[in-house]
Formats: sequence, structure tokens, C-alpha cells
Amino acid sequence: MTTLVKPSQLPAWVNIESLLPYIGTILLIVGASFTFPQVLSIDYLSQQLQIAAFLGILAAGATLVILLGHIDLSVPWTLNGAAIVATAMAGSGNEILIACAIPAALLFGAVVGAINGLGVTILRIPSMVWTLAMNSILLGISVLNTGGFNPKGESSATMSWLASGTVASIPVAFLVWMTISTALALLMMRTGYGRYLRSIGFNERAVYLSGVSTKTVVTGAFMIAGVCSAFAGVMLAGYANQAYQSMGDPFLLPTIAAVVIGGTSILGGRGGLFGSIGGALFITILNSILSVMQISDAWRSIVFGVIILAMLLFQTLRKRG
Amino acid sequence: MRDFVTAYRRELIAAAVLAALLVFYLITHPRGASTYVLTIWANQCAILGLVAIAQFFAVVVRGIDLSVGAIMALTNVVGSHLLSGTGIDLAFGVIVVVATGAACGLLNGLLVVYGRIQPIVVTLSSASIFVGLALILRPTPGGRVNYDIADAMTLDLFGIPTALVLIAIIIFAFWLPFRRTGLGLGIYAVGSSQQAAFQSGMPVATIRLAAFTLAGVFAGLAGLFYTFVTTTGDAGIAPNFTLNSIAAVVLGGVLLRGGTGTLIGALIGAFILKTIASLMFFSGIPSLAQPLFEGLILAVAIAVGAADVLRSKHRLEVFGR
Repeated sequence: MTTLVKPSQLPAWVNIESLLPYIGTILLIVGASFTFPQVLSIDYLSQQLQIAAFLGILAAGATLVILLGHIDLSVPWTLNGAAIVATAMAGSGNEILIACAIPAALLFGAVVGAINGLGVTILRIPSMVWTLAMNSILLGISVLNTGGFNPKGESSATMSWLASGTVASIPVAFLVWMTISTALALLMMRTGYGRYLRSIGFNERAVYLSGVSTKTVVTGAFMIAGVCSAFAGVMLAGYANQAYQSMGDPFLLPTIAAVVIGGTSILGGRGGLFGSIGGALFITILNSILSVMQISDAWRSIVFGVIILAMLLFQTLRKRG
Repeated sequence: MRDFVTAYRRELIAAAVLAALLVFYLITHPRGASTYVLTIWANQCAILGLVAIAQFFAVVVRGIDLSVGAIMALTNVVGSHLLSGTGIDLAFGVIVVVATGAACGLLNGLLVVYGRIQPIVVTLSSASIFVGLALILRPTPGGRVNYDIADAMTLDLFGIPTALVLIAIIIFAFWLPFRRTGLGLGIYAVGSSQQAAFQSGMPVATIRLAAFTLAGVFAGLAGLFYTFVTTTGDAGIAPNFTLNSIAAVVLGGVLLRGGTGTLIGALIGAFILKTIASLMFFSGIPSLAQPLFEGLILAVAIAVGAADVLRSKHRLEVFGR
């Protein structure tokens, strides 16, 4: 978007902003390998790809919403709700219900996303507030539903395979993540819908005046994000073999951070999925290395904040300088 | 009079709702309307009220502060270390606590203004740092506070809850004079249109810096007051207060797009939220259903507040919101 003349043959979505998290990831791994040689092992790296998939799928959905200039704060309990739905159905013992567990969870995510989108488009409530309210409603429903205890149920074989299986020694979770990201990236780049979505992030009024049904586009993006959150919930439940209260809470901030580190502007319009993949990888590796170093949660939290700020500062100051 | 009603329509509606809720609360409360009941109510409301004021200062300059809860947690923890003494030690402690809040706010402001990073991302990351610091200072809840000052601040003064007296002092001795100063007008000017304010020769950078610092100061005051109410330090209080502060300012008629709303509105919003929560406690609604009701009430309140968009005659008008 910013450069009309491309200096090389690279596609437009490969630029410094979106490459920064990849460079950061490599630096982290190389830097850590001096003290902890085990981080260079195939086992460790493929495990990281598997774990990064949960965050990555959330970030893929969040990217679309953030490209619109909106934000989805209902990620934690959409994820949690979907996990509860999926495990409750999978643990019911009924063949049909077990088979429907994953579709039902994804449908749940789509419905939540649709409510998010309708509040934002029809009532024009700022997404930050509306999705926050949705999040507390979902929390309320699941507390009421489970009685405050850990929900009953277990994951189905398919869910466990999605989360922990391997195909040709590549984690299935990683493949799923890449499939979703590629599909969404193609949606963004090759379809009219994707162009409208990005344009709304720049100037919603202009897109509306061009005759586009902006309500449909925005609601659609929130629904896609809801489905992504639900999918991550299904996989996370498959990984843990159960759903548990507040399983989504630790993912909210890293999701936004992954998208933003990947060069997507929080104001909308600029950025894309390629950067978000790198962002999710970077945050996962950073977290993992910090825990390999066995530093306390407190310091981990501080280092996390400082590194994210430093990367963002680097991006903005470079643009200005 | 008519102008006053039109200008403060949102605040007046919110105040009426609050009055109705409070009367209902005092009627349903098993111990009836007494100083004791009012004091407990006022203390809870004042804590959230102070955080809402902090959020107000960030929101009015078209920012958002997702670190208010974290600053509160940090100052609460600092307070639990420094407020156990008497006399000069105690005074020193209070000053350090508030200064800590101010420093956190200033850091946010510097990153927003000179780092040119969006407020939401800055405060998201800095919150992580502040919570980390709070955890280092106090890994598990605890600490000691001078009971004399804690009692003086959280009981009543001739039958009027001290918390309400403190809130009145903030309104009459700080807010009303402050609004007439250059800075008080400046935050509205910058929030309405940063460009227009800049072109009118206003020191936009300084004003935004001051607004974020004020947000930090009030988050610090919230942490201080929380310390007096609970007499312990707890690093884990951040997320709840951050989210509620946003809900409170929105309920109080402060628009997230900046430039509108008042400190008094933010206070009323916070009082409404806390009164609803207290009402729920005595209402006979099963405790498991309470989170759901809180979420629903929040969503309905926001939706009703936004409903006048449906009456707008000009379709393009809605995009300005």
C-alpha cells in the first residue's frame, strides 16, 4: 500500500513490518541456543509450532477484525464456550452428538460473532465495549451452565488428533493453522470481500458510499473471528482433553499483541495475515524461552511487555526516521 | 436551564438511573438505610469511581488506558509496603503511592505521544510490565496498613461516608476549577479534533501527556483507596478493574471517540455498576446466575444508550460516531 514501486520481486505482503517478528523469532532461537542447545532440536521446534497454532488461529481471526479498525475482546469466552460445547457433546456417549461436536462448537462461534457484528454495525456501539459485554455474558452463561465447577465432558478422538496428532511428523495443529491462515489470506487478497474489508479499515464512509453493504462485510469479519476463536477452543480442549473455566483468558492479550507485532495497524486498513503468523510464532517462542530460562512469572510479564513495546517502537520510529 | 439539560443529557439520565437504583438498594437491603450500609456501598463505589476517572482522562483525549487496573494493582502493592507507619512515614508513603501512579501514567503518555504507538497497544503492553512489578513486590496477597488512617478514610464523618466526602472534594475542589483551566479545555479540544487543536496553536503533545499522567494519578489514588479499604496488597486485581472502568465510563456517557463526557459522568457510571452488583447480592437471584445478569445488564445499558443511532435520519451521520 505504501510503496508503489517495488524494489524487488517480493510480493507486497512481505515487507519489513511483517518480517520483523520472523527476524525476532530467529534471533530468539539463535540467542537462546547458546545457553540452551536443546532449543535447536527438531522435537522442541515442532512442539513450539504445535503450541503456536492455538494462538495463531486466534490471531488469524483477530487480524480480520483489526484490519477493519475494530477489536474483538470476546475471544476468551468464545473460545471457552466453544470448548465447553464441544467437550459436553463429545463426552455424551451418543454417536451423533459426538460427530456433531466440532460443527456445533464452530456454529457457536459464528453465532457469537454475528451478535458481535450486529451490535457494532446496527447499533454502532464501539466494538471494544460491545464485545466486552458479550464476553461477560458468555462468562455468565457458562458459570450458570457448569455451576462454577469445571465443565463435564471430554474431547473426542478427532479433537485430540487436531491438537496433538502428527502427519509425516508435522503437527496437525500447525497444518490446520496454516490452512486457516492461507484461506483467510486468499480471501483478503483475491476476493472483493477482502478488498472491501481492508477499505473499510481505511474509510468506512467512502466504502458505504461506493454502494458496498458495509454491515454485511463487518458482521462477516466478526463471524469469521468468532469461528476462529471457537476452533482454537476446540483444539485447546483436545489438547487438554477437557474444557476448564477461564481457559481462554490468557489468550486475549497475546492475540492482540501477535497481530500488532505482525505489522497490522490497530487503526485498521494496514497489515495482513502473513505478519500475524510471525507474531504468533514470536510470542510463543518468547514465552517458551522465558520459561526454559526458569524466570519467575513476574519477570516474564515484565520482559514480555518490554519486548513488545520495543518492537512497536522500532516499527514506528523507523517509519518516521 | 434548557441548554444545561441538552448539554448534559447523558449525565442526567445516568444520574436518574443511579438515584433509582440506590433507593431500590436501600429498600431491599436487609439492614435498611443506615450509615453502615451506605459506608460499605460508598467505599466500593469510590474505588471503581476513581478508576473510572482515570479511564475518563485517557478516553477524553481519544485514547484508552488498558493499564489502569495494572497501575492500581502496582500502587496497591506499593501502598501495602509503605502505609504501615505513622506521621511523616505515612505521609511519605501516600506521596510515593500517588507518585508511582503518576510515573506509570507518564510512561504511557510518553510512549503514546513521542513513541507514536496507539494508546490501546501501549497500555496493553505496559499493563504487563506494571503487573510484573507488582508481583515482584508482593508475590502473594498480604501486607499491613496503619489502621488509624484506613479507618479514617473508609468509615464516616458525622454520619456521611468519608468516601463520599472524598468524591465531593474531587468534584468541587479539583474537577470544577480544573475544567476552566487551559488544560481542562485543552483535553476536550484535543479529544474533539487533534488537528484543529494543533492548528489553533495548542500544545497538543503536552496536553495528551498531561491527560495520560492524570489517568495514572487517579489510578494511583484508586490503588491507595483500595489499600485503605482492604488493608492488604494484592497484585492480582488488575483485569477486573480495567474492564469495569471502560464499562463505567461508557455507562456514564463518556464517548470512546473522545472529546465528550465529564468526570462526573464517569463517576456516576462507576456508581451505577457497583450499585447493580450490590443489588444483585441481596436480590435473591441465585449466585451462579449473577455474572450472567451483570453481563446482560451491561449489554442492555450500552445498547439502550446507543439506540438513538436508529433514529438518525441521515444514513451517513452514523459513520461519524
